[in-house]
Amino acid sequence: MTSLTGTRALTRLALRLDRVRLTVWVLGLAVMPMGTAANYQKLYPTEADLQAVKGVLTNPSLVALSGPLFDVSIGGLTAWKIGITEFILIGLMSLLTVVRHTRTEEETGRLELLRATVIGRHAPLTAALLTAALADVAIAVLIALGLMATGLPVAGSIAFGVATGLVGLLFAAIAAAAAQLTQSARAANSIAGAILGGTYLLRAAGDTGPTWLSWLSPTGWALHLRAYGDERWWVVLLFVGFAAVFTAAGYALADRRDVGAGLIAERPGPAAGAPSLRSPLALAWRLHRGLLIGWTVGLALSGAVLGGAANSINNLESPNQQLTDVLTRMGGKAGLTDAFLAAIFGIVGMVAAAYTVQATLRLRQEESSGRVEPILATRVGRLQWAASHLAFALFGTALLLAVAGLAGGVVYGAEVHDVGGQAGRVFGAAMVQLPAAWVLAGFGMALIGLLPRLSTLTWAALILSVLLVELGALFGLNQYVLDIVPFAHVPKLPGAAFSVTPLLWLTAVAVALGAAGLFGLRRRDMPVA
Amino acid sequence: MTEAIRADALVKTFGRTRALDGLDLVVQTGEVHGFLGPNGAGKSTTIRVLLGLLRADTGTARLLGGDPWTDAATLHRRLAYVPGDVTLWPNLTGGEVIDLLGRLRGGLNAARRAELLERFDLDPRKKARTYSKGNRQKVALVAALASDVELLILDEPTSGLDPLMEEVFRQVVREEQQRAGRTVLLSSHILSEVESLCDRVTIIREGRAVETGTLAGMRHLTRTSIQVDLAGPVNGLEALPGVHDLQTHNGTVRFNVDNAALDAVLRQLTTVGVKSLTSQPPTLEELFLRHYDRAQGNGQAVTEASR
Repeated sequence: MTSLTGTRALTRLALRLDRVRLTVWVLGLAVMPMGTAANYQKLYPTEADLQAVKGVLTNPSLVALSGPLFDVSIGGLTAWKIGITEFILIGLMSLLTVVRHTRTEEETGRLELLRATVIGRHAPLTAALLTAALADVAIAVLIALGLMATGLPVAGSIAFGVATGLVGLLFAAIAAAAAQLTQSARAANSIAGAILGGTYLLRAAGDTGPTWLSWLSPTGWALHLRAYGDERWWVVLLFVGFAAVFTAAGYALADRRDVGAGLIAERPGPAAGAPSLRSPLALAWRLHRGLLIGWTVGLALSGAVLGGAANSINNLESPNQQLTDVLTRMGGKAGLTDAFLAAIFGIVGMVAAAYTVQATLRLRQEESSGRVEPILATRVGRLQWAASHLAFALFGTALLLAVAGLAGGVVYGAEVHDVGGQAGRVFGAAMVQLPAAWVLAGFGMALIGLLPRLSTLTWAALILSVLLVELGALFGLNQYVLDIVPFAHVPKLPGAAFSVTPLLWLTAVAVALGAAGLFGLRRRDMPVA
Repeated sequence: MTEAIRADALVKTFGRTRALDGLDLVVQTGEVHGFLGPNGAGKSTTIRVLLGLLRADTGTARLLGGDPWTDAATLHRRLAYVPGDVTLWPNLTGGEVIDLLGRLRGGLNAARRAELLERFDLDPRKKARTYSKGNRQKVALVAALASDVELLILDEPTSGLDPLMEEVFRQVVREEQQRAGRTVLLSSHILSEVESLCDRVTIIREGRAVETGTLAGMRHLTRTSIQVDLAGPVNGLEALPGVHDLQTHNGTVRFNVDNAALDAVLRQLTTVGVKSLTSQPPTLEELFLRHYDRAQGNGQAVTEASR
């Protein structure tokens, strides 16, 4: 028996457990680039069409959002338009997969059952990495074949597939290391997820400011591999090198700890509950605070970085006369930064909504783990219990948007020497996102109350929102379809005119969904497994 | 005497599974009531209906004079519950969980809490994620037993406890029994525990109560095992009503006899001459097995026969 005995069986088990989940991820990620390319071909059938829009597409605010456009061609546009979305999503898929098959199994005690069978010491981690790698490779191959099938150059298609797959592999390796550090799967996901979010920010800062920042970021590497634009194949080595380092770190850390333990030893805590620990809300604070503090720090940093990037857009050279014309029509450079701020806080709003969903689904976790039972056997009613968690979903999101907006506004204001004027404008651009994020909380609550077993679909709703906002217009989808995304109705502050009507509507939808969910929660059986 | 719990003809289905199939249960105020049944018989489902967590499809339930579904929060001030499968918040310590649950219930007796921690030998400073199954169980037990409530609902409370701790649990429940007006519903499949603690017992199978009453009363309905050395050969014993499983070996006769027929059988034996006789009352195990052993076959017949 070697330390890898049983890897094959465990990999098959993981693939069996994830057969639906991974299939959806793989097909979704594989189809998007092909669809994007096909739609660009329809939109810009001739070289002349492409040249005509070149100016708009090299707009610096888009460079900050999606990275530089390396080649004005259907391939170049496709890689640029869909690149960041693909890289972030494949990174997310890979890290969630590895943590699910390592730390989650360990935390629930299922790994103990498996490790007592003929399973080598390194088999579980290896099987988790293999599972993620299989999905990553499948995505890379399908992307490359799909892009070639739409008639794009072979080298660029392979480069884009490889870049996407490599981001996945690297984040699988990062998750393998993160899963060894903490006892809870949630914390491991948070660490790896924070690294993923950080790479996006570094790249956004680097592509608008000092380029070397982009080279600190794996999502930056993937872009700067330059699919369809004179590919730099050596970038592959960066990925392989760092993936090897993190994988080795994962195995080394795994060897130094016991099953079920993290690297940080558990210290004794208080023997009695603090006097304040006497209500469902106080319990919810204990359960949510780590997550909320982490997100607050993350969004404050993001706001500051993006606020800084907004100013550096002003300093970017206008690449051509056409763009200058476009800019003039948009209201000059001030119009450009305003458009950038509106776009960037649209993204911040969707990122903050990830916290909203996480905090809302905490209700469901408390239920399916059985922890809700002793609470509901006290004088605490169901609505009071639900309200204690929803308070964090709703007001926690408000806090996150507020810190992101303030940090962004203060940094941007300081750079343009107008803190007093800009802080308020940028803060507003962040806060208008709140009702849209609340709609997701309402949707989650509706599922928890009425269809509890399907409540994870709240995540699908968020991902669908992001994709529709990013790609909906390009794919020529019907306006009715695009209108289901709550974020589509948010006023594009700070540039556009403020209108309170859509915000009131969004709030009303959120309240209606939430009320339906609470109504269902009061009437249904608890707990539903 | 009033009724702390009354359930009449409860039916609860989950999809195609019929978890409760016309269940009746009566628990008198002040008694320790054993709620027996094998895994999956519907014990936890019954308890969740009584706690207002699940809503019965048909049938009625009353708890402490109220409706467990509509008056849940008010009734819960007066009871404490230990779930069968205790899961705790991993980053709270045992002491914090005990205090939190006690306060949510409406108060906790601090002296009693300290005493119970001592007796159950539980370290309250450890994070819940580091507790073993038995220790998690102790956290839930201390939180429930340290509350001043009228009704304790304990769902397999000793699963995971070592024999020493099980003994502590029994002592504590016996002390509760001394206190007037405290009612305990103890679900279990550990028969010795029920035998030593409970005043009355309800046995359930496949979502239905198949037997209920005092242990003595139930024993009366069942058979005693008799082993007897006789002076001469026995005649006609087999023919007597109520005699079962007769075996003869070197003058030693063994058989089981329905308690109702005991008198007639003993008269028959003394006519032959008894040299020695041992009799064993039925254990709870036997009572229990009578209901479950034949559950697959003619369960209905067994149920009828034992009534």
